[in-house]
Amino acid sequence: MIFTIAARELRSLFLSPLAWAILAVVQFIIAYLFLSQIDGYLLLQPRLAAIEGAPGVSDVVVAPLLADAGIVLLLITPLITMRLLSEERRNRTLSLLFSAPVSMTEIILGKYLGVLAFFGVMIGLLALMPLSLLAGTALDLGKLAAGLTGLVLLVAAFAAIGLFMSSLTEQPTVAAISTFGLLLLLWIIDWAGASADQTSGLFAYLSLLRHYESLLKGLFNSADVLYYLLISILFLGLSIRRLDADRLQH
Amino acid sequence: MQKPVLVHVEHLTRYYGQTCAVKEVSFELAKGEVLGFLGPNGAGKSSTMQMITGNLAPSAGSVTINGIDLLDKPKRAKHEIGYLPEQPPVYRELTVDEYLQYCAKLNRIARGHVGKAIDTARERCGIGEVRHRLIGNLSKGYRQRVGIAQAILHTPAVVVLDEPTVGLDPIQIREIRTLIRELGEEHGIILSTHILPEVQATCNRVQIINEGQLVFADSVTGLEQRLNATSLIAGFHAAPDAATLQQVDGVTQVETLPDGRVRLHYANTDPSEALIAQAVASGWRLYELAPERRTLEHIFIELTCSDEPAGDPAVAAR
Repeated sequence: MIFTIAARELRSLFLSPLAWAILAVVQFIIAYLFLSQIDGYLLLQPRLAAIEGAPGVSDVVVAPLLADAGIVLLLITPLITMRLLSEERRNRTLSLLFSAPVSMTEIILGKYLGVLAFFGVMIGLLALMPLSLLAGTALDLGKLAAGLTGLVLLVAAFAAIGLFMSSLTEQPTVAAISTFGLLLLLWIIDWAGASADQTSGLFAYLSLLRHYESLLKGLFNSADVLYYLLISILFLGLSIRRLDADRLQH
Repeated sequence: MQKPVLVHVEHLTRYYGQTCAVKEVSFELAKGEVLGFLGPNGAGKSSTMQMITGNLAPSAGSVTINGIDLLDKPKRAKHEIGYLPEQPPVYRELTVDEYLQYCAKLNRIARGHVGKAIDTARERCGIGEVRHRLIGNLSKGYRQRVGIAQAILHTPAVVVLDEPTVGLDPIQIREIRTLIRELGEEHGIILSTHILPEVQATCNRVQIINEGQLVFADSVTGLEQRLNATSLIAGFHAAPDAATLQQVDGVTQVETLPDGRVRLHYANTDPSEALIAQAVASGWRLYELAPERRTLEHIFIELTCSDEPAGDPAVAAR
């Protein structure tokens, strides 16, 4: 049942020009960033070769590329997730799901999986760029895998937040702007701590960015993974509650 | 009453904040019945239907579908319900076939039966020729039919249709009404409308709801008895005065209408024959005589506009 809903969600996404446009734009921007990183690496290479234990192509090209991809995805996630529930509510198609023998949890998980599948496609396409370096050089595949895992986890958290925002409103644009606001806030929340003399541990912990950085360095820390999973589960739970509340009081 | 009871609603109540939208509504629906739900705008028709279909949680009361409590076991109960809301819940970007396939899976129709179920529903609703078209490009009438197809796809025990004929042309309305009557043979149907002749044409039971309360519940035959004539309209070229007409057998009251015709009220015996005989004998030059039937509108207005609701609420006299 979850997969039925997920499949329809994915289908509807690809039936709209929005998904294709987003895929194309993201691919173009990441490709441009990738090229400029490679350019920079080629300039640095003679000097790097002289240093013992200098950072390799995985550190100089791949890690910054994935870090940039994280920011690009933060910008476009609201556009993908905004329609998930708000549009169903607006077009009154939610009652189809409500009167069918499916639970709220199945509806939310179906929607979530559908949108994750879309991001899976996108990240798959992005991963092809660093992988293409394999044709000319050796890569630290472990580092790349850790970075990609980080990106997937990051996007999973983004999508859960977007889904929740979409469940709150009838207007897709409102959902988009609130998702964007919350994501950006969670991204920069540790700046407040960093500028002061004593760094605030809580704010730093809450920041979406911090946990991603350590994964990009190739550190697969279960605390970071758990952080993303907790964020995702929290917002999925909230979405289920919110959808259930639709039937209760207006 | 030997027929199995499909829907059992008891003391259904729903508040929106302080406003009470539905108040203590109770009724039953048996197999093979088409129940018409009538009421002015904002009377609580849609809220009641949303509660029966699990789209809205009631503040109090219980709903039992085919013996399964909707609140306790929503999944199993919803299996037995097909629902067409006021706006058909269709995805505009899908084709009719894709949409029905999605609905079939959503309603857990076994993989092997999906094709057949879709074929049947498509045929019944007459949407075979638009099966490959996008729903967004269909006319309102076809979209409505796709909505009905979706509601009957999984052959539920109960089909709930919220104003199914709104926005259709007269031919489509007739087709949909025929379809509803056909469906009523195998399913239990609840239908809401504010078009009164529709109830007479399709339903075999009527319930009128006003301000959240049931104010009338009867069979259509019972309703029609209430519609029976108790007055005649007569036109004379040489009208006698009211006192003379009063003398005619059975006439209890005479009322002269502005256009010169008269309305004759009677209680038990129909005075038509006596009137004609006397008109001929006395040379009143009768040119028009018509029994006046009370329409459903009259009863409707009488029930819903009076300060105190008449009739016996919540008693399904069958």
